[in-house]
Amino acid sequence: MSFRLTSEEIDPPVLELLGAGGFVEFTGRVRDHNEGHVVLALEYEAFGDLAVKVGNELVEESKSKFGLLEAHVLHRIGLLHLGETAVWIGVAAAHRKAAFAGCEYIIDELKKRVPIWKKEHYTDGESKWIGCDGQEMSHESA
Amino acid sequence: MKINVRYFAILREQSGRAAESLDTTASTPAGLYVELQQKYSFTVPLHAVRSSVNAEFVDDDTVLSEGDEVVFVPPVAGG
Repeated sequence: MSFRLTSEEIDPPVLELLGAGGFVEFTGRVRDHNEGHVVLALEYEAFGDLAVKVGNELVEESKSKFGLLEAHVLHRIGLLHLGETAVWIGVAAAHRKAAFAGCEYIIDELKKRVPIWKKEHYTDGESKWIGCDGQEMSHESA
Repeated sequence: MKINVRYFAILREQSGRAAESLDTTASTPAGLYVELQQKYSFTVPLHAVRSSVNAEFVDDDTVLSEGDEVVFVPPVAGG
């Protein structure tokens, strides 16, 4: 399975593939601010069964769309503190252009499609599910 | 008809539960959502949720069957 959810700290694997000349990795970390708020922590919740299914479909689709030789996604769930890795994506392709494009496509589509939700906890004690009430566009986290 | 519903994120908090088994006269996810929205005052409009039945996305006018597990997926924000 190339798309995984984990409640443990993300320890990215080292991709090794002799047929690949381009390796691109994306790491999304918990940032200390968003939309004018000072962020203390982020909470991620997933509908696990469907998230893994949709995530793996996205990985397979990206591999065939960009000719990626490998693509892996690790997404954290639970409460994360500042600086912690929320998502890691690693792709390998014969050439760099496909690797960059494929990696960006995966993070962009993951944010739109995979049933994972994010709640921001602020220093003023408030908290908010981001974009979850359907009243606004969702925001970038990383 | 007995339907199992699981709730996530904002819908879990607004309903005050992670899952429940309920009797409904609704025959589709759309009908069921409208019923639950009245019961729990969900702030997410029907047009913003995607329906899933037995861990597959479906159209919200899909006909439900006894014992189905329904999850309403509010707008997502992974990454």
